[in-house]
Amino acid sequence: MPAFDQPALDTSPEVSDEIRKTTCYMCACRCGINVHMKNGKVKYIEGNRDHPVNQGVLCAKGSAGIMQHYAPSRLRAPMKRVGERGAGEFEEISWDEAFEIAESWLRPIRETNPEKLAFFTGRDQSQSLTSWWAQAYGTPNYAAHGGFCSVNMAAAGIYTMGGAFWEFGAPDWDRSKLFMIFGVAEDHDSNPIKIGLGKLKANGAKIIGVNPIRSGYNAIADEWVGITPGTDGLFILSMIHELMKAGKVDLNYLTRYTNAPFLVNEDRKSAEHGLFLRDEDGKPLVLDRATGKPIAFDTPGIKADLAGTYRHAGHTHRPVFQLMAEKYLSDEYAPDAVADRCGISADTIRRIAAELAHVAFEEEIVIDQPWTDWKGEKHAQMIGRPVAFHAMRGISAHSNGFQTCRALHVLQILLGSVEVPGGFRFKPPYPKPVEAHPKPHMGINPGKALNGPHLGFVHGPEDLLLKEDGTAARIDKAFTWENPMSSHGLMHMVISNAHAGDPYKIDTLFMYMANMAWNSSMNTNGVMDMLSDKDENGDYVIPHIIYSDAYSSEMVAFSDLILPDTTYLERHDCISLLDRPICEAEAAADSIRWPVVEPDRDVRGFQSALIQLGSRLGLPGMVNDDGSAKYQDYADYIQNHERRPGVGPLAGFRGEDGKGKGRGAPNPNQIQAYIENGGFWIDHIPDEALFFKPWNKDYQDWAVSRGIYDAPQPYVFNLYVEPIQKFRLAAQGHGDIQPPERLRKQVETTMDPLPIWWPPFEGTLVDIERFPYHALTQRPMAMYHSWGSQNAWLRQIHGANPLFVSGEIWLDTGFAEGDWAKVTSHHGTITVPVVRMDALNGKTMWTWNAIGKRSGAWALEENASETTRGFLLNYLIDELLPEKGDGQRWANSDPITGQAAWFDLRVNIEKAAAPAGNNSQPHFPAQKSPVGKGPKNVTYGDDF
Amino acid sequence: MTALPQSTEKKLGLVIDLDTCVGCHACVINCKEWNTSNYGAPLSDIDAYGAEPMGTFLNRVHSYEAKQDGKNAQTIHFPKSCLHCEDAPCVTVCPTGASYKRVEDGIVLVNEDSCIGCGLCAWACPYGARELDKAEGVMKKCTLCVDRIYNENLPEIDRTPACVRTCPAGARHFGDFADPDSNVSKLTAERGGMELMPEQGTKPVNRYLPPRPKTDVTGIGKIDILAPYLDPVPEQAGGFLGWLDKALEKI
Amino acid sequence: MHPAPSVILFTSLSGLGFGLMFWLGFGFPDVTGWTAFAFFFIAYALSVGGLLASTLHLGRPSRAMNAFSQWRTSWLSREGVAAVVTLLVMAVYAIGLIFYDTNLQVVGWIAGLLALLTVFTTSKIYNQLKTVPRWNMPLTPVLFLTYALAGGALLAGQVMPAAVLLLVLTVLQLATWQMGDKAFANAGHTIETATGLGNLGKVRQLESPHSSPNYLMKEMVHVVGRKHAMKLRVISTVTLGLLPVAILLFLQFNHILALVAVASHLIGLLVSRWLFFAEAEHVVGLYYDKR
Ligand SMILES: Nc1nc2c(c(=O)[nH]1)N[C@H]1C(S)=C(S)[C@@H](COP(=O)(O)OP(=O)(O)OC[C@H]3O[C@@H](n4cnc5c(=O)[nH]c(N)nc54)[C@H](O)[C@@H]3O)O[C@H]1N2
Ligand SMILES: Nc1nc2c(c(=O)[nH]1)N[C@H]1C(S)=C(S)[C@@H](COP(=O)(O)OP(=O)(O)OC[C@H]3O[C@@H](n4cnc5c(=O)[nH]c(N)nc54)[C@H](O)[C@@H]3O)O[C@H]1N2
Ligand code: SF4
Ligand code: SF4
Ligand code: SF4
Ligand code: SF4
Ligand code: SF4
Ligand SMILES: [Mo]
Repeated sequence: MPAFDQPALDTSPEVSDEIRKTTCYMCACRCGINVHMKNGKVKYIEGNRDHPVNQGVLCAKGSAGIMQHYAPSRLRAPMKRVGERGAGEFEEISWDEAFEIAESWLRPIRETNPEKLAFFTGRDQSQSLTSWWAQAYGTPNYAAHGGFCSVNMAAAGIYTMGGAFWEFGAPDWDRSKLFMIFGVAEDHDSNPIKIGLGKLKANGAKIIGVNPIRSGYNAIADEWVGITPGTDGLFILSMIHELMKAGKVDLNYLTRYTNAPFLVNEDRKSAEHGLFLRDEDGKPLVLDRATGKPIAFDTPGIKADLAGTYRHAGHTHRPVFQLMAEKYLSDEYAPDAVADRCGISADTIRRIAAELAHVAFEEEIVIDQPWTDWKGEKHAQMIGRPVAFHAMRGISAHSNGFQTCRALHVLQILLGSVEVPGGFRFKPPYPKPVEAHPKPHMGINPGKALNGPHLGFVHGPEDLLLKEDGTAARIDKAFTWENPMSSHGLMHMVISNAHAGDPYKIDTLFMYMANMAWNSSMNTNGVMDMLSDKDENGDYVIPHIIYSDAYSSEMVAFSDLILPDTTYLERHDCISLLDRPICEAEAAADSIRWPVVEPDRDVRGFQSALIQLGSRLGLPGMVNDDGSAKYQDYADYIQNHERRPGVGPLAGFRGEDGKGKGRGAPNPNQIQAYIENGGFWIDHIPDEALFFKPWNKDYQDWAVSRGIYDAPQPYVFNLYVEPIQKFRLAAQGHGDIQPPERLRKQVETTMDPLPIWWPPFEGTLVDIERFPYHALTQRPMAMYHSWGSQNAWLRQIHGANPLFVSGEIWLDTGFAEGDWAKVTSHHGTITVPVVRMDALNGKTMWTWNAIGKRSGAWALEENASETTRGFLLNYLIDELLPEKGDGQRWANSDPITGQAAWFDLRVNIEKAAAPAGNNSQPHFPAQKSPVGKGPKNVTYGDDF
Repeated sequence: MTALPQSTEKKLGLVIDLDTCVGCHACVINCKEWNTSNYGAPLSDIDAYGAEPMGTFLNRVHSYEAKQDGKNAQTIHFPKSCLHCEDAPCVTVCPTGASYKRVEDGIVLVNEDSCIGCGLCAWACPYGARELDKAEGVMKKCTLCVDRIYNENLPEIDRTPACVRTCPAGARHFGDFADPDSNVSKLTAERGGMELMPEQGTKPVNRYLPPRPKTDVTGIGKIDILAPYLDPVPEQAGGFLGWLDKALEKI
Repeated sequence: MHPAPSVILFTSLSGLGFGLMFWLGFGFPDVTGWTAFAFFFIAYALSVGGLLASTLHLGRPSRAMNAFSQWRTSWLSREGVAAVVTLLVMAVYAIGLIFYDTNLQVVGWIAGLLALLTVFTTSKIYNQLKTVPRWNMPLTPVLFLTYALAGGALLAGQVMPAAVLLLVLTVLQLATWQMGDKAFANAGHTIETATGLGNLGKVRQLESPHSSPNYLMKEMVHVVGRKHAMKLRVISTVTLGLLPVAILLFLQFNHILALVAVASHLIGLLVSRWLFFAEAEHVVGLYYDKR
């Protein structure tokens, strides 16, 4: 026998018939994908190499798109509920009937009481459409999920520096030499962060991960700081203390680009206390070092002082920087004073501060690229401080999150590392000063549109959304004294407020893409009860619920009317500059989705359905003068809608000739142009405009030319946030608009215009002896919230979740392998399997988020592993804090923004017997699946 | 062919960088996706929506924790697929000749048309790199994407394994270990690329780059070098404000 | 390893069958006609039955013929070839005895040796695997051969040889367990060598690659409780050799008692073979932090 007669192998088999390029939506990262089609079916999905977001790579979820697209859980037609809420009994109906039902609920309340509609959306990417729709409808009750997600990060960023980390900025991965990442497991920028970390590694940069848990990004970090949850603010302020004490701050940067030199009224008795001294034009004043005189901060050629005293009208004024020095040089923030609370040694705090200083100031990088600033001053080079930071929900999902995020931004700014080479940079449409954002509106006028956008940024008590009687205008109580700067609304409070009729009752709850009956609610059991609760007449307390989902989620069962969405491969979408685009720090970019596969069911893209519902209701902007529909569907809207003249949902290929960038008349071939261009459009920022964007004349002009703003918007960073002080001033008794007495103290102490830290609320209200530990969740990289469980491939990776407990807790409790534990919070109890993890803060335990599923949902077998061996931590988290003894139940939220404080959870843990059948507890009865069950086995690819 | 070639022209394989792998499972699923509809039979999923789903995967990512006394524990994400061993025991045990190692590039493959699904090759593999597909009854393993790396229907830049092309962190590298100038040979040399279970004598082609040393909280040696950076300025004349005045003068 | 009934039956029954054939081939007992038929029937039933059972383990039994092709390199292939050749050669010898009352003694000797060779090849299938240190010991083939010889002698009614061999077997089995218990450690495989992470400290699994099990774990990772194993070893030791020997040597030997002795041996054999698989730790378990 010849030794090596190998079988003949075709090493060049045909891959596919055709490649269709669109945008992934297995998560909100929005990567470009090449969908390989074979015989009309999806054969293979890979990353699009030309795409700015993912540059060809694709994560696990993206690669599992086939299994999502063909999932048995897909809804098949509109449905109306026929059984009790929660049972899962439905009847399929036609779209006409569905629209008729929706109209019959929505038309009457619009004529009389538009606030009786609460329209809230979840993980969608069409907030510029949905908010426009809600505004046209006229209800003040609209928001997306930001309030429970990461508004602290977004609001702190925008108030401080006119842009946030989140999706709106990124480290300069190519040039950074020291990167610190706080409280991130995965983030929205999934692939870009991984690509970036890979670059840092390849370049030999140092990565420091600050996280109680050492997994994922923190596993590859060169240094892990296993901080005690909720104490990042202290840690950061302590580093600020060290840096200021040593003078390791970028004074040039601070005087030029920040409000560090602004003069602040120091007189506690003054009605202007804490506010900036301004000239007649309202411009803040600084002290000119040359003359010692106050002068408008933006006067060309001046050199502002950072210390000094200026008396005016009997009040002492001093620069912001001097106030900061006084505050942060105090021993209160010395490493030795904070070390124990943070769980980080004082030496480590000092060393990391020193490393930051070393890299920022000794390893400065210089790019020979001349640029011109807003005052017309020319600079020969771009000087960079190659320290970059990133953070997400680990610091923001706490009740001190807003100030902690602010502290981090202040640290970045002190180091002069924002919008410089090697530092953190904004992605268009950011940077954008907080003043350029709208303020929130509540002006209702039955039968008409709302008087302006729902959400925005308040500048003082006068901007709060309070009714005459002082009660909340919005169902979620956003923009009230309880959480004055709740820029994203408070979706997590909608169901409980609507159920309690506080501040008022509603008629219809309309939701889109949010699994509020399950993983996106705190107090999941309570929320399920509220959704199905009836009043004394036997009517549901929340009378009507309309919901749009694409799959058979837990929430579907609790809804009265279901508008079935398509999968992401079957519809038009636009990822717009008006919303959350896919821009990079070096380019503006947006993209589309288009039906690369036609739906085989009676489903419709939700945005199309929403536009159709809007035109049936005759909403302004959605109908022509003759009452006919203005847009047939979403594709029509995408191409033809103009928000401002020449500016529409898509920025690319505008104008009749398709050459317009950012501005131009609608182009009837725009979507086709996107398809031909790979599903996206990108426009690079010129070299001279790449850094220092808030102060860079060329960037400002470029942004105007692209329709990002209508006039240049240069501004300085707010180390000191004056609008916050305005609320504090009111709490101190100044002004006409006053907080209620019960909130006065909270407003006064928390609304500090310079970042401060306070211990997370839950920990101060529960008995720490009884609940000594912290419990957290993390995003699994291979699973998107509840979406992934229906995915035959992904659910094999995360089809069950254990509770990981620290080695310290493990030993203290006497756990052994295979043990179960009873975990208790002030609110509830769960019984779950435990696994030991040593690379974990000693006082902490955690699990993967949103793995547990309700039996019967997602077209899974009723005994699916997610229902038996999976669980949610949400059973332990309450939307309200424990009783304080003042007769009030306070929200479990950040007192400034209302952000849900998921990670403040305090628990106790003890050994428990394994529950019957080894099922995690609690376990809820099965819902009936409205779409039946999936096949037993899958052999995808059989027919190729 | 059950006998192993004396030597192969190339030694194609992967370098996996444990210092960069974040454990995202992208390589796992993209491998599944490519291979379920390409080389050989689909990679089936049994009880796909049930209590205990069990599918065939050619690449899986483990997570380990390593702890040394007095140091923080470390987490390591650890992807594992066939290592295309030079001395592949999985090949020589095969009774049918279905398992073979290619002479031209050293890729170890299963000819699914002859495989009887006896499982012995999986028993012989120390690394758990072979899985018997329950629906098809034949042995599946990493093909090193032999239907991609030479595929003329793919653009040249894409002629690389699916897992390598998709890895977001760039932790996977593909190349020829027989060529000392290849990227994989260089990475192996520079970073001390290691073999798994060398004592098994399988001579794996794939190499793993070990995690780089970490700064440990207990290792504070660096503070001395950096301490001058934090020398307080208030100790100068005039304290902090005096320093500030002088410093501002300089800019 | 997963103690699959098909492989347990295969190795035990075919071992017994080929063991019996060895004795028959060498003319013990010296039988012809229907008596010979009965003996050969048992031998063939056991060996062929065992071989057939083994095909139950295949993913593609219909292609079993392919397995004969790689006899140059593969012990499994050799086993197949050896088994078939043995069965054929033995058939010639058997046919002579049964139907023609002719003793082709040379053929018998060859067939008997081939039967032993077959058992040896079976043992090599397991013995060759470095991945299972408990099997990868020189004692493994010796043990398999002794099983075949002792069991065969018992079935062949060779009282004294059977008694002696059964005692030798019992000692060997105890020794194999003894040595087997240390084999994994002696081979030096640890989770640290498996992962190469030993220089970072003590390694343990944090999370399995998939929350659901896979083929490898089902096939290769089988954990037997120590106490449970000890109990089974005692049962096996007693039933495998001690009880049959006692019956053979100390009781009046008759057919009924012979049957009890054989049954006892069979139980011991099945139990020990269950342990052979169940206690065998595959190195891949290290990657799952399970052995
Ligand atoms: N314990 C704990 N709980 C948390 C968090 C935490 O960290 N810990 N995080 C919170 C955060 S930040 C968030 S954002 C929420 C997220 O929670 P949710 O917003 O509830 O997110 P998903 O689970 O992704 O569910 C959204 C719904 O969208 C549906 N869907 C998917 N694709 C489509 C589609 O194409 N069209 C339509 N119409 N529907 C679709 C899904 O089927 C699902 O029912 O969870 C929150 N809950
Ligand atoms: N694969 C995948 N990607 C996703 C999602 C998903 O479900 N799956 N969800 C998307 C959504 S909606 C969001 S909001 C983002 C969220 O992205 P992330 O912010 O990465 O979200 P989490 O997983 O909640 O991670 C929180 C991290 O903070 C840590 N942490 C908790 N408390 C503290 C603390 O006090 N201090 C510090 N330093 N760290 C702390 C936790 O250990 C955890 O690592 O991810 C998005 N991307
Ligand atoms: S990160 Fe993954 S799931 Fe999210 S859009 Fe990109 S490829 Fe899709
Ligand atoms: S894709 Fe890359 S980073 Fe992700 S698990 Fe695989 S090797 Fe690791
Ligand atoms: S890793 Fe396993 S399957 Fe791959 S060549 Fe080596 S022994 Fe064979
Ligand atoms: S399972 Fe297939 S490839 Fe593996 S040894 Fe058996 S016949 Fe050969
Ligand atoms: S080389 Fe191909 S077959 Fe092998 S693990 Fe990577 S993707 Fe899978
Ligand atoms: Mo979120």
